[in-house]
Amino acid sequence: MSDMGSVAIEKYRNNNYRNNFLHEVEAHVEGGEWVKMCMQCGVCAGSCPLGPHWAHPPQEIFMMIRAGKREEVLTSDSMWMCTSCYNCIVRCPRGLPITHIMHGLAHYAHRLGLAPEKQPTREFAKLFWDNITKNGRANELKMGLSLYFKDGFGSGVKEAMKNKALGQAMMKTKRMNPMEFFGGHGVKDKSGLHAMLAKAREIEDAKFEQGK
Amino acid sequence: MADEKLPVEKFPIEKKVGAYICKGCGLGERLEGAQLTMIAERDAKAHIVREHDFLCSEEGVKMIQDDIDNEGVNCVAICACSRRAKTEAFRFEGVAMSRGNLREGVIWVRPDTDEARETTEEMAADYVRMAVWETKFMSPPVGNEEAACQRDILVVGGGVSGLTAALETARAGYPVTLVEKTGQLGGKAGQAWKAVPDRAPYKDPVDTGVAELITACEADDNITIHLNATLTKTAGAPGRFEADISVESGTTVTARFGAIVQASGYEDFDANKLSGLGYGKTPDVVTQQELEALARAAGGGPIKRPSDGKEVKSVAFIQCAGQRSNKEGLLSYCSGHCCATSIKQAMYFKDQNPDIDTNVLYRDLRTPGAGGEDFYRSGQEKGVTFTKACVDGVEVAGDGLKVKFEDLILDQDSEENVDLVVLAVGQVPNSGVNIDAVPLEAEEGSEEGIEAKPAEVHVPLESILNLDYRQGPDLPQLVDGFTDSHFICFPYETRRTGIYATGPVRRPMDIISAREDATGAALKAIQAVENAAVGRAAHPRSGDLSFPQFRKEGCTQCKRCTVECPFGAINEEDGYPQFNESRCRRCGTCMGACPVRVISFENYSVDTVGQQLKNIDIPDEFDEKPRILVLACENDAYPALDMAGMNNIEYSAFARIIPVRCLGSVNLIWITDALNSGYDGIILMGCQKGENYQCHFVRGSEMAYQRMSKVDDTLQSLSLEPERVATYEVAITDIERAPQLINEMAETIERIGMSPFKF
Repeated sequence: MSDMGSVAIEKYRNNNYRNNFLHEVEAHVEGGEWVKMCMQCGVCAGSCPLGPHWAHPPQEIFMMIRAGKREEVLTSDSMWMCTSCYNCIVRCPRGLPITHIMHGLAHYAHRLGLAPEKQPTREFAKLFWDNITKNGRANELKMGLSLYFKDGFGSGVKEAMKNKALGQAMMKTKRMNPMEFFGGHGVKDKSGLHAMLAKAREIEDAKFEQGK
Repeated sequence: MADEKLPVEKFPIEKKVGAYICKGCGLGERLEGAQLTMIAERDAKAHIVREHDFLCSEEGVKMIQDDIDNEGVNCVAICACSRRAKTEAFRFEGVAMSRGNLREGVIWVRPDTDEARETTEEMAADYVRMAVWETKFMSPPVGNEEAACQRDILVVGGGVSGLTAALETARAGYPVTLVEKTGQLGGKAGQAWKAVPDRAPYKDPVDTGVAELITACEADDNITIHLNATLTKTAGAPGRFEADISVESGTTVTARFGAIVQASGYEDFDANKLSGLGYGKTPDVVTQQELEALARAAGGGPIKRPSDGKEVKSVAFIQCAGQRSNKEGLLSYCSGHCCATSIKQAMYFKDQNPDIDTNVLYRDLRTPGAGGEDFYRSGQEKGVTFTKACVDGVEVAGDGLKVKFEDLILDQDSEENVDLVVLAVGQVPNSGVNIDAVPLEAEEGSEEGIEAKPAEVHVPLESILNLDYRQGPDLPQLVDGFTDSHFICFPYETRRTGIYATGPVRRPMDIISAREDATGAALKAIQAVENAAVGRAAHPRSGDLSFPQFRKEGCTQCKRCTVECPFGAINEEDGYPQFNESRCRRCGTCMGACPVRVISFENYSVDTVGQQLKNIDIPDEFDEKPRILVLACENDAYPALDMAGMNNIEYSAFARIIPVRCLGSVNLIWITDALNSGYDGIILMGCQKGENYQCHFVRGSEMAYQRMSKVDDTLQSLSLEPERVATYEVAITDIERAPQLINEMAETIERIGMSPFKF
């Protein structure tokens, strides 16, 4: 996927305050056509519950896009911090779908392979996707375990032991089935599901090549 | 105590005073009517005194009218509610009338208790005395005999404002003469390619409409147009202005006009002072006005840059160029139109080719007006980039220009290479000579700001109107060279009655506002013509028929009245003041200024107030009942005190309030007389003065302050404490503060003791 990134870079040569990157975002990012409508009031930044934890609040991201700061935007972890609370969308006086744009930008950066590697939201998303697409159902036990062990075996055991009591209580109340560890439940037609997903990816890749 | 001599010289017929005491609105329950009647009869010597349960009723009014018709009453003292109330009911033709404010001024500001009863009664008794004595010294205004009706209206300036004013006036049926300095109508807006839209959907630049405006004016039979013409002399007053117009052929046409609209517009701020922004260093840095010319040349095709004719592919607009700055030589204000103008001009590029990069570098984007926000949004939709930035400079770089700026959102230094830079320079009013800069300010010394300004702004200092007024050839200016007006209450009025400033000469504005503004000024000019025809005053005493008169034999030719008149109404003739009644706004500042007290109005004079304060009953020192005289401006302070009454806000029963037309009309003799007669405290309440003045007569309250600063001498000579006289700025909204000021004075007197001047 990273070669696709370089193709796009070639197409949208970086240039200060020219609209190249803005056009790229408009073409490839969900809600990207709204970026130009931001009037820099900062209500989104003020409304975000995670505001203090972002390197760049949404309005700043929009200005960076307009200023052609492609690398900085796409490698930023800011949009990955969005928790989809929708406060910004509700309050934006210009009606920008800010939450959607943040997810769109994160997705686009991920596809280009530019998103920060160890960004926890991104890692969780990847694990969840792999987990759910395997059988067509979420395997909660494996989801938990894969999160515990994402940084290696030692830390995984430590994390797991920390949550021992919780796990046992969940098992006792039949909230978690230990047998899920062995394969687990799934949809009836797994191969059909996988074919469907493959087709969907094919369509999306084609779309991505020509801009959405 | 009572001065029996009645002023006979002005009102030769024998005076017969009727005093009418109302018992409605709770007055009857709270006050002893019989007692007040006795005071009006015995103390104040009214010829007829009547009580009525409901004076403003049809029956009550008829009772008064019957006395006027049958008993020969020609001075009416109505002791009821405030003079601001029931004005419709109490309107009697041909008689002098005064009002004793027993309702808002007495019972509504005093508690209904047994302890308060005595002082409340005394208060009411004094207001009855004051009303009767005031009316004795009044005569009904007969109107200005010099009233003249010339219906023609002169419009100076042929831009959008002037053309609109001319057309609106002509369509209302008044003949118009339009004088334009250049050889072409249309002004600055006439040179623009397109205009900011003035109606929905506010999406695209629209035709300026100036061509249609010119055609309509040229086709109108009521409009005479002089191109390449200037005013060489303007004399007279509303209703009878006489203007010498130097016309194209070189001859001078003299014509009479009823009113004048000055729409002399603006000049662009001199961009040569913005060399840091590259202006003058390369032809590719242009002003907005110059871009209009480039756009006209392109005629809808690609806009080419001036240096080499290359098609512009990227352009930066620098907002607030030389504006909103505290640096010397730059403009301190916002010109209002430039943000929308830049959006419009960015659209010139974007509409022709959406791939052209347009970046608007703004500090604060302001798009006033109904469609401003929609137009901004439309600019964004078209892909105009808006960058909140502080521009550091523009340099020539290779083939193009490099704009260096601090991006205020990203908080970092940035730069952009562009083909063309457009500077949003501000509007500098074309208001002619700053008449205050010459002798007046020089005396005050340290204020070099005002004097330095004309040099800074590079507007030719030729006079626009060449007024033949003692006070100078042009309209007085307020700040930054804009013509003066009471910005909140009377935006079109200038300090020269009958001359209305409109368009960017008055405040910065765009085409849309200028058209609205000019329509307003046209209507004001028509009103001035009609007022002048019957000798009526313009605002704020609209409809007032009185005008100042002076006793020539008493005049010492000190010229204070001519200097202090805020409206330039008084000229000089053989050293004596020559009043131009039609220019007068009836504030009485001349009356307040006159050291020998020879100036008066028929219904407002040194006597009408002086007799009131002399006839208030002053209890002796050991009664522990001080008297506080309050002279309150009738425009703001008096209504504020009335409203305090309506809100039942109590104040000291020792206060006696006399409304004055303006604090500027307060003659020092009133203060001296009051102190001599044993008043313990005096409060003057006027409007805010200074640059952001609220005074309805512009400089009246300022004059009062200046005069009061000298009252300390009087106090010293009488060995009185300076705290006894206080001057305050009171706004109409100071409903709680005004009574508080009175109470504070009462406390002060309690502290410093009673005045020793009681007899």
